[in-house]
Amino acid sequence: MGMKRIKTTMGLALTGAFFLTACNAGASTDGDSATGGSGSDALTVGLFAEPASLDFTTVDGAAIPQALLDNVYETLVTLDQEGNIVPALAKSYKVSDDGLTYTFQLQQDVVFSNGEDFTAADAVFSINQVKSDDWTISLKSQMDVVESAEATGDHELTVTLSEPSNAWLYSMTTRIGAMFDENGTENLAEEAIGTGPFVFDSWDRGNEIVLNRNDDYWGEEPYFNEVTLRYFNDGNAVNNAMLTGSIDLIGTVQAPESLAEFEGDDFQIIEGTTNGEIVLSFNNGRAPFDDLRVRQAARYAIDNQALMDTCWAGRGELIGSMVPPTDPWYEDRTGDYEFDTERAAALLEDADATGVDVALRLPSLPYAVACGTVVESMLEDAGFNVTVDELEFPAAWVETVFTAQDYDMSIVSHVEPRDLGNVFGNPDYYTAYGTPELQEILERADRGTVEEQTAAMQEAALMVSEDAAAEFLFLLPNLMVAEPGITGIPTNLIGESLELSNLARSE
Amino acid sequence: MILPLVRRFGVLVASVVASSLVVFAFMQVLPGNPARVALGLNASEGAVERMTTQFGLDRPLPVQYWEWASGMLTLDPGIEYISKAAIGPQIADRLLITLWLVGLAMALAVAIAIPLGVWMAVRHRHADGVVLTAASQIGVAIPAFLAGIVLISIFAVRLRWVPSDGWVAPAEDPVLFAKSVVLPTISLALVQGSVLARYVRSAVLDVLREDYLRTARAKGLTPMQALWRHGSRNAAIPVVTVMGLQLATLLVGAVVIERVFVIPGLGSLLLDSVSDRELLTVQSIVMVLVVAVLVINFIVDALYLMIDPRLKTGAR
Repeated sequence: MGMKRIKTTMGLALTGAFFLTACNAGASTDGDSATGGSGSDALTVGLFAEPASLDFTTVDGAAIPQALLDNVYETLVTLDQEGNIVPALAKSYKVSDDGLTYTFQLQQDVVFSNGEDFTAADAVFSINQVKSDDWTISLKSQMDVVESAEATGDHELTVTLSEPSNAWLYSMTTRIGAMFDENGTENLAEEAIGTGPFVFDSWDRGNEIVLNRNDDYWGEEPYFNEVTLRYFNDGNAVNNAMLTGSIDLIGTVQAPESLAEFEGDDFQIIEGTTNGEIVLSFNNGRAPFDDLRVRQAARYAIDNQALMDTCWAGRGELIGSMVPPTDPWYEDRTGDYEFDTERAAALLEDADATGVDVALRLPSLPYAVACGTVVESMLEDAGFNVTVDELEFPAAWVETVFTAQDYDMSIVSHVEPRDLGNVFGNPDYYTAYGTPELQEILERADRGTVEEQTAAMQEAALMVSEDAAAEFLFLLPNLMVAEPGITGIPTNLIGESLELSNLARSE
Repeated sequence: MILPLVRRFGVLVASVVASSLVVFAFMQVLPGNPARVALGLNASEGAVERMTTQFGLDRPLPVQYWEWASGMLTLDPGIEYISKAAIGPQIADRLLITLWLVGLAMALAVAIAIPLGVWMAVRHRHADGVVLTAASQIGVAIPAFLAGIVLISIFAVRLRWVPSDGWVAPAEDPVLFAKSVVLPTISLALVQGSVLARYVRSAVLDVLREDYLRTARAKGLTPMQALWRHGSRNAAIPVVTVMGLQLATLLVGAVVIERVFVIPGLGSLLLDSVSDRELLTVQSIVMVLVVAVLVINFIVDALYLMIDPRLKTGAR
């Protein structure tokens, strides 16, 4: 099966090779309209880092939800491109005044790809599964706040929380909220049964995952009848595949400087935002970064614009704190520590730390390695004595920096959505921050109304910025390359999924 | 002929056992834990410990070693920790792809190197021989991955004659198979062919200077006839040794070329398994490579015996 798909793909590639200009026209014979649901056009997407398994209930990692969430598995509520929570499998939902009871009215006529109906009982099953031992990934703790889930009708679900939590509803848009069929979880590692616009077809390990259009989909059917997710490990290889027409879309460009190859009319370059704050993290738990003046010195020492221009081809966005612009409580905090080497040097001297040795331990990831050398030289200019180590990611880096906390600084893109609390709210986390003041603010944000949440989160963002809990280098851009005719591309990568259902091909 | 072969087979078995111990021991000191990869960065120590127990990674090392080693003997090293997929069939699938690549590359290298090497030797005092020798030096100096990148940018991206990446099984579509395999094969064969050609040249040159060849020429044979009848066996011994070494190099070196051409071979599986800390898969693949190299050496030894009758008595 898998090989057959390659054949189709390669066939397209070769068609593209010999009849380059005719490629788009030839491939979309039956599906002229971009909204159609009956055409037989296929799409191939180039992605990085193949998942190790299809089962996100026991295997962590971004690759599985990227491929399957919102495409094969659906959630009760989901995120739109602006980051708002909008209905999905739930037509609507109501929150009680005390913030403890959520009543979801579910879509009717929704069918799983194994033919079973989706009912409130399935939703109860899915929520209880997360709380059971069947789910093992650490993210499952986001469901701890749920006291009970009950089917109060065939298509009505009532969830009771033990305390009010804004974070819970948000987590229901992620893989935690994926809806499974009670009889569809026997072989999650190799098979995915969901209600989504696509049906899982096959997985050829080391190569590609194929999804087919769900012709019984309850919502608007996707344009493409077949989407192939091809996995690459090398930035050059994916670029060549795009240049030769064997893929139609690069899901995430790994090296922004390579975008030059695609400039012009032959390709579209898409730049959107992500949730990936690239953080120059400090070990707040030990000297020298337990001293506010040293942390402030490091923040003043970094010229963010020059850094982003040098190491990420100027693509990205300056944020100044731990909030991406797509979150409702975003405020521009780039002015808090404007680049000032002299001031940095003075603060270091004041702290009696001029020439202090700091270990910058980088994960072996493109952005960290590229920006590491720039950060090193900027810090050295201000009077730090920086030693750079590159550690293999994830294993070696996780062991040394994350678990043993044997580091002074690191560079990490924290891609989890709304992760200010995760990264800075816990004193045992690798940043060793988590002051009681911040924890109090975060708790207030989670319990409060939408307005209270926004105000409290702004307070939290201000605190981590002013207290220099870390230096926020810039926000990772979402860079994609596509064939000119491809429409419906999800520009911003703010959820966990790469939403494929709106993609279409026009002339 | 039998006794020396039996002795060499004994050495082969002992080497396999010793290397399996070394490989296993090496995996134990590799930092990282598949349980943490599976559970995610924020997993608590307790959860990681429980999962480690579930994976069976906390059992005594001799038990783990024995289970894996005896599994390898029956070609069933077990299932992966994270994906729960059977390791044996995965390795077999990927190995087949790598073997195609290595086999074709070796065949191409030999097909180029032997005539070229003989030509360079016979014509070593002429301009064409000198130019070819210098050109082969350049071939030796170019790394296979660089050759691959250059070939892709010319023949795939610019000329669009062949795809830049991917793999099609020969049974599926022979034409597409040929198209997708041609550039990786050339990339691998270029370096190995150049190296081999230089060995062929010097082996042939050595033989050409021998007295018995002069005698053969004296009785009226042309240089080529003399070389073919009297010199080829003698020249073959160093060449076969180098070919054996090259086959082993290709098997391991294909990892890089698989990366460049996005071919789902053994090397890609090895690299992915290392980053996921699928230690069982990693050590099983490494053992497959070790055994392959040892078997190649064994075959080379056996070939010596066939080529050179003087070695058959076991006394050199």
